[in-house]
Amino acid sequence: MIHCVLHDPNDSVAVVVVEGVTAGMTLTGLVLDDDRTLTFPCAQDIPLGHKIALKDMAVGDTVIKYGVDIGKVVAPIARGQHAHVHNIKTKRW
Amino acid sequence: MRNTFQGYRRENGRVGVRNHVIILPVDDLSNAACEAVAHNIKGAMAIPHPYGRLQFGADLDLHFRTLIGTGANPNVAAVVVIGIEEQWTTKVVDAIKSTGKPVAGFGIELHGDHDTIMRASKAAREFLQRASEQQRVQCDLSELWVSTKCGESDTTSGCGSNPTVGNAFDKLYAAGCTLVFGETTELTGGEAIVAARCRDDAVRADFMRVFDRYQAVIDRHKTSDLTDSQPTKGNIAGGLTTIEEKALGNIQKIGKKCIVDGVIDKAEVPTGPGLWFMDSSSAAAEMVTLCAAAGFVVHFFPTGQGNVIGNPILPVIKICANPRTVRTMHEHIDVDTAGLLQREMTMNDAGDKLIEMMFRTVNGRLTAAEALGHREFVLTRLYESA
Repeated sequence: MIHCVLHDPNDSVAVVVVEGVTAGMTLTGLVLDDDRTLTFPCAQDIPLGHKIALKDMAVGDTVIKYGVDIGKVVAPIARGQHAHVHNIKTKRW
Repeated sequence: MRNTFQGYRRENGRVGVRNHVIILPVDDLSNAACEAVAHNIKGAMAIPHPYGRLQFGADLDLHFRTLIGTGANPNVAAVVVIGIEEQWTTKVVDAIKSTGKPVAGFGIELHGDHDTIMRASKAAREFLQRASEQQRVQCDLSELWVSTKCGESDTTSGCGSNPTVGNAFDKLYAAGCTLVFGETTELTGGEAIVAARCRDDAVRADFMRVFDRYQAVIDRHKTSDLTDSQPTKGNIAGGLTTIEEKALGNIQKIGKKCIVDGVIDKAEVPTGPGLWFMDSSSAAAEMVTLCAAAGFVVHFFPTGQGNVIGNPILPVIKICANPRTVRTMHEHIDVDTAGLLQREMTMNDAGDKLIEMMFRTVNGRLTAAEALGHREFVLTRLYESA
């Protein structure tokens, strides 16, 4: 089963695409652009559609998805944690 | 890919995929009369809306352009226009009449609702019976005008339903169709990618001009980082975090090969085939209404969390790759591409599945939104009334 997808091999986050992803699971991620899979640990329960961090990120770091900048880190994020509005903000507006 | 479909050829040569007789109010005051006519004449459709009084300047121009474009759309066989007074009513009637289609106008003042409803009902009955005899004829795929706009997006939109539209757009672009996308604010963070896809420097300059203008409007009026509005609460519930992330998912709809051939204003009719960018609102019903007014006859609407939108004259085909939405809101989804996220389906397969549903729809199959009676008609307002 594919648990999450990455758009680009360099993305720092992946999208959970199934229900029931919980802390302690080992997830299989599909890299859409080159159609290969990789595995990584999940540290928190993450809802369908929400993002999981693929690496540790510090405040001020740029979050990469689709291979490009989607915003900045505003609270520390550890690999395997839920990455969303509580720790990432827009650089625009 | 097949290259013909069965459409209604109109007096001006354009091709429609529906055969509506509409009762179109010029202003809010005329909604009641229009709805009464549509009640009298079974099969005619009223399109009520809240505006049309004391508008001026570019806002009034857009109001007229949207109403006239709606009446002129090839999905419409004939139009009855009702306004509170004669002059603006005649302006709308005459512009629609230039397409050659049957149209009649009625002013309420000096007549009252009863007399207006009676006279307009007689015209509507004649139009409806005439339209009911119109036959579909074989048309070339290149004569099809297809619009797109996504809504209630989530992260599955960017990896599933939006690139499905992109794959289909790449194929329809190669077939010579006329295509449009828009949602100016929802390109924020991805504007450089769209600019790089523009045909030449002139189109690129046009695109950046409208993009920068809209950004200036937001900068002038915003009171926050807009995280209550863009992304929306629904987007955030679906996992989208920032406007940049939403925009990068949004622009998957223009595929990998299409070139942006030109920029049009709201409800402006494109002058040739290719992919057009319409400077437009990102609110779903506003944008789809503007696409219909610009002459598009079928719409691709990818969704993640499950938008339920339809349009009175434009069949809206919904595409979804979120397995939970497909399960919980199946009656709203026309094309399920959730298999993309489990590697059960390729992007090429997904694009073909959408194109197959497009052919079935333009040949007459009702969309989920049509069957459910979704007829959201929302005029874009630019500023306050005079």
